[in-house]
Amino acid sequence: MIPSGMPDSGKSAHWTYRIVLFFLAVTGFAQMPIFKRYYIADIPGLGWLDQFYMTHFMHYLAAVFLIGLVCYHMTAYILLYRKQFRITPAGYVRGSVLAGLLVTGILMMIKNFPGYGYPSALIITLDVVHIVFTVTFLAASTWALAGKQKWLVNVS
Amino acid sequence: MKNLTRRQFLKSGAISAAVVAAAPIPEIHASQSRIDNHLATLIDISRCIGCEACVDACQESNQDKFPKPVKPFPAMLPSRVPVEDWSDKQDVRNRLTPYNWLFIQHAVVQKDGQEMELTIPRRCMHCVNPPCVKLCPWGSAVQYPNGISQIDPELCLGGAKCKSVCPWKIPQRQTGAGLYLDILPSLAGNGLMNKCDRCYNRIADGKLPACIEVCPEQVQTIGPRSDIIRQAHELADSMNGYIYGETENGGTNSIYVSPVPFEALNRSIDKKTGQGRPHLKPVTDRMDQANNLAAAFLIAPIAGIASAIGRFYKLAKKQSHGEIS
Repeated sequence: MIPSGMPDSGKSAHWTYRIVLFFLAVTGFAQMPIFKRYYIADIPGLGWLDQFYMTHFMHYLAAVFLIGLVCYHMTAYILLYRKQFRITPAGYVRGSVLAGLLVTGILMMIKNFPGYGYPSALIITLDVVHIVFTVTFLAASTWALAGKQKWLVNVS
Repeated sequence: MKNLTRRQFLKSGAISAAVVAAAPIPEIHASQSRIDNHLATLIDISRCIGCEACVDACQESNQDKFPKPVKPFPAMLPSRVPVEDWSDKQDVRNRLTPYNWLFIQHAVVQKDGQEMELTIPRRCMHCVNPPCVKLCPWGSAVQYPNGISQIDPELCLGGAKCKSVCPWKIPQRQTGAGLYLDILPSLAGNGLMNKCDRCYNRIADGKLPACIEVCPEQVQTIGPRSDIIRQAHELADSMNGYIYGETENGGTNSIYVSPVPFEALNRSIDKKTGQGRPHLKPVTDRMDQANNLAAAFLIAPIAGIASAIGRFYKLAKKQSHGEIS
């Protein structure tokens, strides 16, 4: 969550956040067996998209980066910026969906440890909700980008 | 308090993320007691005579579970999507198919200077941490608390990811059956995946799996995993034998004991493996790499918060020294 309204979060921070999100989205969709079927994994350099263990690992890795970034920026906002900036409605929407993605993702990650498992109905619910949150977040981010809706706005 | 510079802020965020990713990862221990209580089978290869009574019993017992495809199959898009139809070859017994969840593998090996043939019942290994279940993107596969893994025919779309991630390529696809027919039959899915479910319904009724019950040589024994592992070691010690399945893919609930090394058995069957005929090679824990990384999720928030707090205090210190006006 790079607060794009925050004055000291520059282009580089935006790109860090976007790259992490991009890898999360790509490796997330790669969990479905679609990239080989639809020739995407045939594109030179994209063969790894058909390697399920590779994309699973990369999804975890990107999620670790995202959680680190989210916690850093949330804490920085609370300590440094909350008096000067407020979170916009667009920020709340994206933040809420992002939180939902993280919670469902972490629950699914726990399921993958040996000796852990959930009832079938819960697994399906988590899968579906995670995908719905992903699509919602991508739509909200596109909408915010197009409308130049920032995470934060200066209160003054 | 004045703002951090853009560079400072970004640098701290990037560093915290990098620290998290590179941090030493504590091992997350599984719930060992749950795994010890998994139902496991001991398969004594030295007792198997290859009579295929287990194959017959498996087919008979699971007849109602076999896929019933609707023909003609929907046209697949793109055309590269393979049609896999075993419905007219249900009598195939020398490999795994959607209609044959157990088969007998033959190996010819040398022991004490003499050639001997061993027969090996092969089916799903029922991994302790089954990738087919854990990585199914639809939640179509489930592992019961007793360790049995099952693909739900009501939910499976036949994408075959379970087969791709299975170290032994056990699940077998039948096109033209299952939920995908009701969604986007040409564009997504391709049938039903099928494999041994260890007769979960018979076990729920207090019965033995069909293959175990019918075996005239008592090749298989079933029980809690910890007991089966102990018995397997005792048996292996008694025959100077070898064990397969205890540690493969992080541990399975099918423990084979053989009088000859599994490398020798695998060499003998090697030319016939693949295409529904699983190997007997060593298998590392395929889920382990990502699961080890998952421990970093515990460190990530701490590192992120600590990094921001560190930046806050550093800035406050500078301010108190008048470095920032």
